[in-house]
Amino acid sequence: MINQAVFSWRFLRVWKRNLVVYQKIWKVNFIIPLLEPLFYILAFGLGFSGLIGDVSYRGTNYPYTAFIAPALIATAVMWNAFFETTYASFVRMYYQKTFDGMLATPLSLEEIIVAEIVWSATKSVGAATIMLTVLGFMGFVQFPSGLLLIPMAFLGGLAFGAIGMFFTGIIPTIDMFNLPIFLFVTPMFLFSGTFFPVSNLPQWAQPIALIFPLYHLVELARGFGLETHVTGTFLSVSYLLVFFCIFLLLGLKAMRKRLIS
Amino acid sequence: MEKIIEVSNLVKKFNAFTAVDAISFSIEKGEFFGLLGPNGAGKTTTIRMLYGFSPPTQGSLKLFGMDITTHWRNIKARIGVCQQDNTLDPDLTVAQNLKIFAGYFSIPKNEALQRSRDLLDFFALWHKKDAKVLQLSGGMARRLILARALINKPELLILDEPTTGLDPQSRHQVWEKLEALKKTGLTVLITTHYMEEASRLCDRLVIVDHGKILVDGSPRELISRHAGNNVIEIEGPDNALRDYVKTHQVAHDDLGRRMIIYTPGGTDLNDTIRDKFCHEKCTYRNSTLEDVFLRLTGRELRE
Repeated sequence: MINQAVFSWRFLRVWKRNLVVYQKIWKVNFIIPLLEPLFYILAFGLGFSGLIGDVSYRGTNYPYTAFIAPALIATAVMWNAFFETTYASFVRMYYQKTFDGMLATPLSLEEIIVAEIVWSATKSVGAATIMLTVLGFMGFVQFPSGLLLIPMAFLGGLAFGAIGMFFTGIIPTIDMFNLPIFLFVTPMFLFSGTFFPVSNLPQWAQPIALIFPLYHLVELARGFGLETHVTGTFLSVSYLLVFFCIFLLLGLKAMRKRLIS
Repeated sequence: MEKIIEVSNLVKKFNAFTAVDAISFSIEKGEFFGLLGPNGAGKTTTIRMLYGFSPPTQGSLKLFGMDITTHWRNIKARIGVCQQDNTLDPDLTVAQNLKIFAGYFSIPKNEALQRSRDLLDFFALWHKKDAKVLQLSGGMARRLILARALINKPELLILDEPTTGLDPQSRHQVWEKLEALKKTGLTVLITTHYMEEASRLCDRLVIVDHGKILVDGSPRELISRHAGNNVIEIEGPDNALRDYVKTHQVAHDDLGRRMIIYTPGGTDLNDTIRDKFCHEKCTYRNSTLEDVFLRLTGRELRE
């Protein structure tokens, strides 16, 4: 006899659960992606760009605010997905025992975990869409190519959601999320070509930035948002897909080890 | 009779530790079956294997005639589980807890709403339908967990310590509800630390310790087999009493400051002991399942 398949569309039921919970608090959560780009653009636009002037990116000069605007969306995608599958999923798994309850139903662990990751990507898409609207009105995003930022946010959300879930599977206590955030997310936030071009990094450090998934997400965001280039799109999309697949598998393995004994 | 659960030579090992050591039992349709044992005896581990949470190390485990390792999804669709921990969803209201849970079973929306209404009514929770679960009292939360476990109209209900930590009123209310469910012909497997609960509810039970089944039978059978009909508890037993019970081969436990004597009914033995050896304080009472439990599993603490 063969084991019954561990994965089915039933995972959408868990996704739906998270949506129902989110609907109660969306009005508060709505404000963050609405105001965040405004703060950054104001701070950097008013306070910073006078010091910096234009930024040369792929042979074209851009005002500094225009340069960072698409990257802000990429970083929001990262933070939203990563926080959801680390802190939020950990609370559901460990403190609320929500997954234990679900495991007494016809759901499989795989469905629960995939649903959590897909939900985190959904939150990324929500945040990206709001920011896209705000930045679009301010004239920082070109359309219609800018609309491609929405599927890009979903892909990026899956990638960061998956690695967050992997950390949730291996971390002993919730306080220790500080470690991956300080050692992985923060360096990525700073050195992925977000606030200055990677070409400004020393020669030896440039290839390191290419390993960061955020670098690829920022490249895609800038490519679509500024309508600058299409070269490298395929490579960046493939990189994020592979990154997602690897950490999805590692995350599932870690969670199975953690929850099923 | 149709067998709902068939467990044979079931083993669960955690590295070198054997939590469940080749146990076998079966439960028939409509039975209220108890799984009793001290802390760490392997009760919860067994139950977790039964509802497909934890894979067995060895042995076979069948529910409704299907193997849990291969047909876990079909099986889980047909059982209701009330876990030991409170696994209610604190992010949702009382009614939402039932509705969302029904979704995990792919129960259609209208059907789910109807069942939620019926269950909240049955468990006297309808007036709390919009409350947050954190606002519920312990008894109400327990009843909601029970209601949730019944949302899929299960053919088997698995209860892991359903009344632990409840006040007497709430406990009696849960018992009444469980008795009402029993009348509908529902098959129930329960674990509990309360012998009164097991005596009252169970048709049949097993006592397990160190991962093995010690005894199997109805509460009444087990009491008369292992604790006589009556118990005399004597404070400050003297040596004359010790000699007497030894020479007459009366079943007893000598705890030093106290002696517990198990006597069959309808003999002179009772009267003789009560007349002759009762110096300080004596208690004469019917034997209970608790006597059986303590005799079989010992009196030392399990922590």
